[in-house]
Amino acid sequence: MSSTQKELRGASKWALSANAVLVYLFFYAPIALLVLYSFSDDELVGRWGGFTLDWYRAFGENDEVQGALGVSIRVAIISTLISVVLGTMSALALERFRFRGQKIFDALLYLPVIIPDVTMAVMMLLFFTQGISLLDSILGIQISKGIATVALSHIAFSISFVSIVVRARLAGMNEKLEEAAQDLYASKWQTFRHVTFPLIAPGVIGGALLALTLSLDDVVITQFVAGPGSTTLPVYVFGLIRRGVSPLINAVSVVMLAASILLVLLSSLAQRARGGQAT
Amino acid sequence: MGEDTVGTAADAAVAIQGVTKRFGDVVAVDNIDLEIADGEFFAMLGPSGCGKTTTLRMIAGLEFPTEGSLKIFGDEVGTLPPNKRPVNTVFQNYALFPHMSVLDNVAFGLKMQGASKKDAASAASEMISLVQLGGMEKRKPSQLSGGQQQRVALARALVNKPKVLLLDEPLGALDLKLRQEMQTELKSLQRELGVSFVFVTHDQEEALTMSDRIAVMHDGELLQVGTAEELYDRPVNRFVADFIGQTNLVDATVVDDDVIALGNGTKIMAPNPYPAGTKVSMSLRPESISIGGPDDIPDEFEQTSLRGEVTNVTYLGHSHVYTVAVDWMPLEVRTNATPTSVVYEPGSQVGIWWDRRSDWVVPDEGYGS
Repeated sequence: MSSTQKELRGASKWALSANAVLVYLFFYAPIALLVLYSFSDDELVGRWGGFTLDWYRAFGENDEVQGALGVSIRVAIISTLISVVLGTMSALALERFRFRGQKIFDALLYLPVIIPDVTMAVMMLLFFTQGISLLDSILGIQISKGIATVALSHIAFSISFVSIVVRARLAGMNEKLEEAAQDLYASKWQTFRHVTFPLIAPGVIGGALLALTLSLDDVVITQFVAGPGSTTLPVYVFGLIRRGVSPLINAVSVVMLAASILLVLLSSLAQRARGGQAT
Repeated sequence: MGEDTVGTAADAAVAIQGVTKRFGDVVAVDNIDLEIADGEFFAMLGPSGCGKTTTLRMIAGLEFPTEGSLKIFGDEVGTLPPNKRPVNTVFQNYALFPHMSVLDNVAFGLKMQGASKKDAASAASEMISLVQLGGMEKRKPSQLSGGQQQRVALARALVNKPKVLLLDEPLGALDLKLRQEMQTELKSLQRELGVSFVFVTHDQEEALTMSDRIAVMHDGELLQVGTAEELYDRPVNRFVADFIGQTNLVDATVVDDDVIALGNGTKIMAPNPYPAGTKVSMSLRPESISIGGPDDIPDEFEQTSLRGEVTNVTYLGHSHVYTVAVDWMPLEVRTNATPTSVVYEPGSQVGIWWDRRSDWVVPDEGYGS
């Protein structure tokens, strides 16, 4: 190897390390700042005024924040449960069966992943407005936008993500295992319950946590379809910012961040506990 | 029961009549008839894509025949799902449930049939001991060697006391030494249990070693069913002759009932049932040919002999393998190697001869070598 090559290699190594440091700085410096200033005893967001836990206390005592948090959690749980069931079912249908129109269904299912949030939000809003007035005029049922419409919207985009994750797991699973179960006297349901489901469970759990996170994080779509009394926490935070930033937002954000990290940790623990041997 | 009252169809473990299986336009199995007797060790042999695995899967219920009838001990099972059939399968690469222990794998079939947890576990342990895996009950399949996984697969199927055990390339994933051990073990296990074993393989040696009878398949067709000796000594066509063991296939034309003419005009004594002028092949096993000097050919073998030149000789310890060129047509000759045997170097002129019962004439239709 010539010395210029060595130099080049040394230089590229150095550049790579620098790049890595910068990337991590870019990722984590804002988070560090956010956490730091959530403990700052000053009305201004970016000024250090000594250590305090006041903002967290305010978070705990503020009824509006508590209400929004409650809505967020309820919406997240409902939408996760339903989208996990539907997403897993569609993954099974697409991966294990051949039927007419499968390719179209396949493409349509993944559309919500690439549609811009705003487009999706407008679509959902239009859909609910039309749907609500249709229900009113035909069946006389009166409903208004609220937790149900928010949850439905979240289900609409979560199904796709759940389906993608579960399908990846299914594709990696040996189909012979299902045949073996049937050969050993298991009915279709028993085969699913004792063989297929335990083996795709890490995918299902992963999909569920993804759906949960997406639901807890969503602002754009929720803002369009939420009605009075169904403001979620991210939407509330977004509203706070418009009225002027207070360090309360920092505290709320840190709590949301901690919850997200916890979810991700849980998900990777679940994967490790049962995963790794799907084939 | 008197022998004359035995009705074959009702007693056959598996009776296949006129079964065809199509996948779209592809004919995987083409109108085959096959009967497998109770207690028989039966092999389905052929190259990949010949339809042997599809046939096995139809017996298991994992595929349904497009046409024809399939009976297990007299009961039509054509479109019965696999969980309703009295057969179990040892899958290629075993398909053990990775999330279950050895014990749970083996007990699975019994539990699905409604046995209590306790009964299933005790029957499973017993079977695990039978396949010599006692003490491994709590392990996961990934913690076992290939040979041990194979035994678990066997135990998982046999614990259900199937009327027929199906095995799909059961030894394919094992190394040579282990495979030979398992061949013997499978054979003795089968004798002990008295259950029909139907196994699929592409390895002719494996089929010859283990089976009572062998079915040779090619391109979805059943070419020949018979004992190892029948297939080896009296193949029905070029394909079977070539696929089972090693052989020399020589193009020839029938002269009369007893004589054929080779390509170079040499007339050879070879009894055959074909009309004069039929294009045929003569199958001649390398080990049934004798070799000597060009003038050593005994008088009584004059009509079953050829003269040529040695072009190659390979020493294999127990034997010498010669390639002898007869008018450019190479023939393989295998002789026992003893300290006193004469070795013919490449370039030597030699005579080769064989007993007239050793050559075998097969029709030349279709199947190329």
